Amino acid sequence: MNLRGLLLSAITALLFLLHQDFWNWRAARPLTFGFLPPGLSYHALYTLTAAAWMAVLVKLAWPSRLEQDAEDKHR
Amino acid sequence: MIAAVFVAIYLASVLYIGIFAFRRAHNAGAEDFFLAGRSLGGFVFLFSLFGTHMTAFAILGSSGHAFANGIVTYGLMASSSAIVVPVLLLTLGTRLWAAGKKFGHFTPVQIFRDRWECSHTGTVIFIVQAVLLIPYILIGMIGGGTTLRVLSGGAIPYWAGSLLVALVVMSYVIFGGMRGTAWVNTFQTLLFLTFGLAAVVVIGKGMGGFSATVESMLADPALAPLLTRERIPTAIFFSYTFMPLSAIAFPHIGIFCLTAKRMAQFKRVVIFYPICLLIIWLPCVFLGTLANSADGIPAIQSPLAARQQQPATAESRAKASGDDILVVLLNHYAPVWLTGLLGAGIMAAVMASDSQILALSTMFTEDVFAWYGHKERFGEAAQVTVGRIFIFLVTAVAYLVAQRTPASIFELAGQYAFAGFSALVPLLVGALYWKGSTKYGALASTLWVAASVATVAYFQANVAPGTIYGPVHRTATGTTVFGLLPVVPMTAISALLMWLVSTATPKPSQATITRYFPAA
Repeated sequence: MNLRGLLLSAITALLFLLHQDFWNWRAARPLTFGFLPPGLSYHALYTLTAAAWMAVLVKLAWPSRLEQDAEDKHR
Repeated sequence: MIAAVFVAIYLASVLYIGIFAFRRAHNAGAEDFFLAGRSLGGFVFLFSLFGTHMTAFAILGSSGHAFANGIVTYGLMASSSAIVVPVLLLTLGTRLWAAGKKFGHFTPVQIFRDRWECSHTGTVIFIVQAVLLIPYILIGMIGGGTTLRVLSGGAIPYWAGSLLVALVVMSYVIFGGMRGTAWVNTFQTLLFLTFGLAAVVVIGKGMGGFSATVESMLADPALAPLLTRERIPTAIFFSYTFMPLSAIAFPHIGIFCLTAKRMAQFKRVVIFYPICLLIIWLPCVFLGTLANSADGIPAIQSPLAARQQQPATAESRAKASGDDILVVLLNHYAPVWLTGLLGAGIMAAVMASDSQILALSTMFTEDVFAWYGHKERFGEAAQVTVGRIFIFLVTAVAYLVAQRTPASIFELAGQYAFAGFSALVPLLVGALYWKGSTKYGALASTLWVAASVATVAYFQANVAPGTIYGPVHRTATGTTVFGLLPVVPMTAISALLMWLVSTATPKPSQATITRYFPAA
């Protein structure tokens, strides 16, 4: 794995770890938009961050060689 | 009852879509029936794959679990899936697609057999996959029966509702095959994404506004903990991040990965999967939690009363499960016509058992019927016919078993199907990424998964809650090992066995390894 692959894997692992938001465990306030408690608003934002990070992974780590190889063999 | 009429119109629509797909390709071969000819375009692939993964578990199970446990439900399953599932699709889904396209495989077991040069090991994997998939099919049957019973105000009994759902699903899967199933799933997903948002607005308004409802819950010491996660230990929360691993090991998802016309179609799925999750799960979990403060609805007071019963029994837990809570809220707060439309949307998600039934049929006809020489003897048309008969039999058996109505959809899925399939992921990683993996390593992992699932099921059926054996604790709703859910040690030991046994046993031929791992 090259340096870019390592860096992308490390950031993905970090994002995975950020799922364990123990600091929000007992927090009931502040309420985002006046009704979403921290345990829900954090994870909603986390979900959107995951989508953004997936866009980066698709751009930088797409296994295009696999597709070429499969198409060539299929023909 | 009017709501049930809307649902009937919806059921007729999906039936039509299935039959339309049948007309388009009724004389086609096995690849067309089981894999839609590997021709699904980007739009259908995205929404159908998402719809295939989101079952009654996502809609009814999540809101029912949130009703009992609060907002923690979203973090337990949805946000962990938002990172784990797209990464799996990017790393393993694309490789499954490439192996299927390159070598003409229909199922993951075919890939395993080819990759590891094995026969009976593949059959063992097929059996374990099939047994683990059955509870997941039951979820759809139970969800369908529950939803129709509540929407019709009890006029359609559970047995009749689940029978109707079983007949409709069976018909469009038998006639339409993968193409019909994919089109129906796309229609269903769009329906729920659209009307789900309307449900949030209507119910929120009916409850007097979300801010006021949340403030009233925070002021009540009995309800305020539902808006935090203090009732769930952090170790259990961590354990749940292993559950989404099951997504790629589910045969219906693995097989669906082979239906894309081009690998580039995975790009959209990988990026938009978390957003679709947010749109479906956040409202379900939030509304399920807020339902605890909905006074004056008998259908909600009944499970709340059952929750207070001490000591809890299997019967009281079943009454307290609240799997129908979302439909109850709709019935109470939404106008009848909207309840019907939203009920149809819920049915859309509930009926995702179609792809699991089709997957089971594909596995049987490819991994057993064709593998043991019957395709060569009787021909491809006979194979498709056998597949259709198998779909009928599976649906009939699932319907009969679903009549026993297990305690809670969420528990049923979590304890057996999710944990078992999560622990099978090392097989896919080994086959697609590790040249050194062997059939013996795969067999060891598979037997471990089968034994551990059977042990957990036996333990929970025969040991009283509160019993402790060393690190193993029988809790009120399940089992923990060192404070973690069984899925964690199951997956870790499965991976360890794959590695240890593979390193000590003979590898497949170099020619096979080179086919799967060509030099860059």
